[in-house]
Amino acid sequence: MGVQRWLESWPVYRQLTGSDPLGRGAAAESPSYTAMRPRTETADRVAGSVCPFCAVGCAQRVYVRDEKVIQIEGDPDSPISRGRLCPKGSASLQLVTGPQRQEKVRYRAPYATEWTDLDLDTAMEMVVDRMLDARERGWQESDEHGNRLARTMGMASLGGATLDNEENYLIKKLFTALGAIQIENQARI
Amino acid sequence: MGSNMAEAHPVGFQWVVEAKSRGARVIHIDPRFTRTSALADTFVPLRAGTDIAFLGGVINHVLTHDLDFREYVRAYTNAAFLVAEGFEDTEDLDGLFSGYDAETGTYGRDLWQYESAEQARTEREGGEGGGDSAMDQERTSPMGHGAAGAPLSGTTGDIAQDPTLQHPRCVFQILKRHFSRYTPEMVERICGTLPGQFREVCEAWTANSNRERTTALVYSVGWTQHSVGAQYIRAGSILQLLLGNIGRPGGGVFALRGHASIQGSTDIPTLFNLLPGYLPMPTAGSHEDLPTYLDDLRSPTQKGYWAGADAYLVSLLKEYFGDNATEGNGYGFDWLPRINGDHGTYRTVMDMVDGKVFGYFLLGQNPAVGSAHGKLQRLGMANLDWLVVRDLAMIESATFWKDSPEVETGEIVPEMCRTEVFFFPAASHVEKEGTFTQTQRMLQWREKAVEPVGDQRSELWFFYHLGRMIRERLAGSTDPRDEPVQKLDWSYAVQGGGAWPEPSAQDVLRRINGYRTDTGEPVGGYTELAADGSTACGCWIYSGVFADGVNQAARRVAHAEQGPYDAEWGWTWPSNRRVLYNRASADPEGRPWSERKKLVWWDAEQGEWTGDDVPDFPKKTPPGFVPPEDATGPDALRGDDAFIMQADGKAWLFAPHGMLDGPLPTHYEPHESPARNLLYGQQGNPTRKVYGRLDNPSNPSPPEAHREVFPFVLTAARLTEHHTAGGMSRQLPYLAELQPELFVEVSPELARIRGLSHLGYAHVVTSRAAVEARVVVTDRMAPLRIDGEVVHQVWLPYHWGGSGLVTGDVVNDLLGVVTDANVFIQESKVATCDVRPGHRPRGAALTAMLAETRARAGVTIETGTTIATAAGVPHLQHTEESS
Repeated sequence: MGVQRWLESWPVYRQLTGSDPLGRGAAAESPSYTAMRPRTETADRVAGSVCPFCAVGCAQRVYVRDEKVIQIEGDPDSPISRGRLCPKGSASLQLVTGPQRQEKVRYRAPYATEWTDLDLDTAMEMVVDRMLDARERGWQESDEHGNRLARTMGMASLGGATLDNEENYLIKKLFTALGAIQIENQARI
Repeated sequence: MGSNMAEAHPVGFQWVVEAKSRGARVIHIDPRFTRTSALADTFVPLRAGTDIAFLGGVINHVLTHDLDFREYVRAYTNAAFLVAEGFEDTEDLDGLFSGYDAETGTYGRDLWQYESAEQARTEREGGEGGGDSAMDQERTSPMGHGAAGAPLSGTTGDIAQDPTLQHPRCVFQILKRHFSRYTPEMVERICGTLPGQFREVCEAWTANSNRERTTALVYSVGWTQHSVGAQYIRAGSILQLLLGNIGRPGGGVFALRGHASIQGSTDIPTLFNLLPGYLPMPTAGSHEDLPTYLDDLRSPTQKGYWAGADAYLVSLLKEYFGDNATEGNGYGFDWLPRINGDHGTYRTVMDMVDGKVFGYFLLGQNPAVGSAHGKLQRLGMANLDWLVVRDLAMIESATFWKDSPEVETGEIVPEMCRTEVFFFPAASHVEKEGTFTQTQRMLQWREKAVEPVGDQRSELWFFYHLGRMIRERLAGSTDPRDEPVQKLDWSYAVQGGGAWPEPSAQDVLRRINGYRTDTGEPVGGYTELAADGSTACGCWIYSGVFADGVNQAARRVAHAEQGPYDAEWGWTWPSNRRVLYNRASADPEGRPWSERKKLVWWDAEQGEWTGDDVPDFPKKTPPGFVPPEDATGPDALRGDDAFIMQADGKAWLFAPHGMLDGPLPTHYEPHESPARNLLYGQQGNPTRKVYGRLDNPSNPSPPEAHREVFPFVLTAARLTEHHTAGGMSRQLPYLAELQPELFVEVSPELARIRGLSHLGYAHVVTSRAAVEARVVVTDRMAPLRIDGEVVHQVWLPYHWGGSGLVTGDVVNDLLGVVTDANVFIQESKVATCDVRPGHRPRGAALTAMLAETRARAGVTIETGTTIATAAGVPHLQHTEESS
């Protein structure tokens, strides 16, 4: 290492001689820092998204490499958020990619003390069986005055405020056709 | 008020801070000094649960000092309309309005009508049968009217008026009388707010509301979660209307909501009482067929856009049932099930406890932590045949059978709990495409970034395939009850092949937008919908989101590249309009109230409304227009009927219809309160739902004895670093580290009284539960002087539960279930409690301590159920025999 390079490796020297007299920018950068690149630069693609937490609706950019989400950032184009995210929105990467995410269907039989595995297809068939059974057992054709009810009180559903409009639409439509009316979500609380 | 915006909606709060830097004055009125207060110009404390008393005080200030925006009030509100003889106010009836039935705890609302609307209404009701179901209808139909207001026969010309606002029975004078006792002194005695602070708010609010200036009002669940919550919003609306702050730029009443698409799930409701677009679910007895339903929903002669409800409903049925919906079969109206009362989530959970419900779906919601009375929630789930949980991660509601607090107390024994539980892993927001509707009604489309892995699926996939499989199962059935399923139009486009393809969210959105049934061509907006089966539309207020066959919600033109109203970012219902009722931003003659506050105006040259926003008025109706006598619907709107969805074209200071607990907001004490109502003999909301059951005990409140057992006011709220019941935040390392532990904020005075030490442990106790938390001694929770007595308030964040990287007791376990009769939302923003030092007992010792506490407070099934306490009516207890 020559004297010149040795001197330049000293931040105070760079601060005194360079364009960063306050030492809050280039003067304070180490070679390893200068060589660092943001993950977002190496992304294969970016998807436009929206933060899944509260209802402000901050826009997100979701960076994807090798079919995996590698970073989620605020979208500066948004007139709502102008690129900003709060601590929750900033932690969305952990929400989406963290180890807490369940990947498999889990099943707890009546009186069991532990979870067991179940195929998705089998689970779907079992849920259909149970829906039709509960619907039948809870069916009410009319009230005590003979007014038509044509409904079931045998099953209920809760949740929808974290879901998409399209999803809520199908949920309400299917349950309504089945005669299930106790369909509710977070807006009630 | 009722909002800690900086904490709960921090990115939205940037606009408040920016407005402040441009000279706006920010006032925060709240029981607790919060992150919002810290950034406000002025912080004004009040006791939790007394906001109507405070707002009533401001309204009284405005009316007694003639500070209302008189031209606005006269032109755009119902201030001049006369209320029929026979109406009696809370001033006359010790806190009740006329029509109260102590037996049922409900109002008959015939005596709250306009001078001549009454007659029309009586005639209409006379035509209806099913008298026995009338009460049931009372209980559910006003909720069902949603944003639409309520039906009202006749046009404005039929309603008696006094434009001078002097007639003793005109709305303006009734309002004046109603709030006359809400004086600054009374505000101080009830709310604990000092007169100087109160006067400061009154003066700032009124000085900033005129032609040149507007004031915005922000609230959140701090207003809705009360036994009189809907009337909190009414009180805010009345004040904003009196001051001319509705429909104008910089004005308004802003509801800040707490989930990514909670607005969407209200518009396209997964709610028992609504169909998409705030159309009510049909009620048994009253809605026997399509014509009776429509007649109850809107009068054929009424004015405004709600008169088109027939087109909205028929188009919905055409989307639901496709070609099977014909004029001959009432477009399949009879295939809809009927409601007849309270089928809200709390009622349902009690029915689970009582063994009346067999199966339950939880779709991204965690009631074991997030709903009031967590124990009731968990015991309900433990008494099901089966439970389906769909979520990103394991949540407390999925594992209650093995690790809930009741397992520790022995109230749930895994080997004896029969509930079969299915956990389905859900796709996250980046693993599916679709729209969220944010809190200002804006739909924003999300692109799919990656495929979900393993068994993770979207709700769209789940319900599409459930529907497909059920339809296959029932295809050959001859049972008439299976007809709606068989006739359903389930022909959504799918993406990908195989037996389990992903349905196309874009196709669902296209059908929500609506299309012509002959050509399939998307409609451009709800005004194109017809009642003759020629259009199908899944949600009329969303019509236009797919105009021209383009997904308008997916637009992302950068804010730097477009105008101040950012009309090309996402899509806002209705009609991509940013400010509702913006006709009111112009004066009756169609001119902006001021240059500074212009938004839309009448362009006489072009003969149409124009401006910076999409005008919220028939485009070609001039300001001075007077409709012919026989006009109906939008054609019947006068040139100054700015409130185009209301049956009379006016904003309602007095609500002749639509509210179950009174035409005007009234201060009632919370269900659990440390104080007697100082205004009336009527203590609490006389229509609140108390669900008097052994498993839902109440703490005693005046006039009941023993309130000293629970002497403090309890309130709870959010932190920035966590989200609701914690299922999306307690599992994340960053957030868990930022807020690792449940805490309770108490004042130094309260800490002294109860021997609590900063950062030590304490437990908060109610008749339902004890919750342990670290103590934060802070001036943020200052005690207040209520009618001469010092009242302490305590506050906790509510995000913790038994799962995740950080765990803690469930704060919602402290609460019982008491709801607002209008909307069945629970009173969870205020209750009473005790605070004791140290750790709480565990296991059987906890159960014993709670039983001892209840005994000491004299708590029985009847405590808190005497909802009528006014003079002149029987004071009856309202309990449920079933428990």
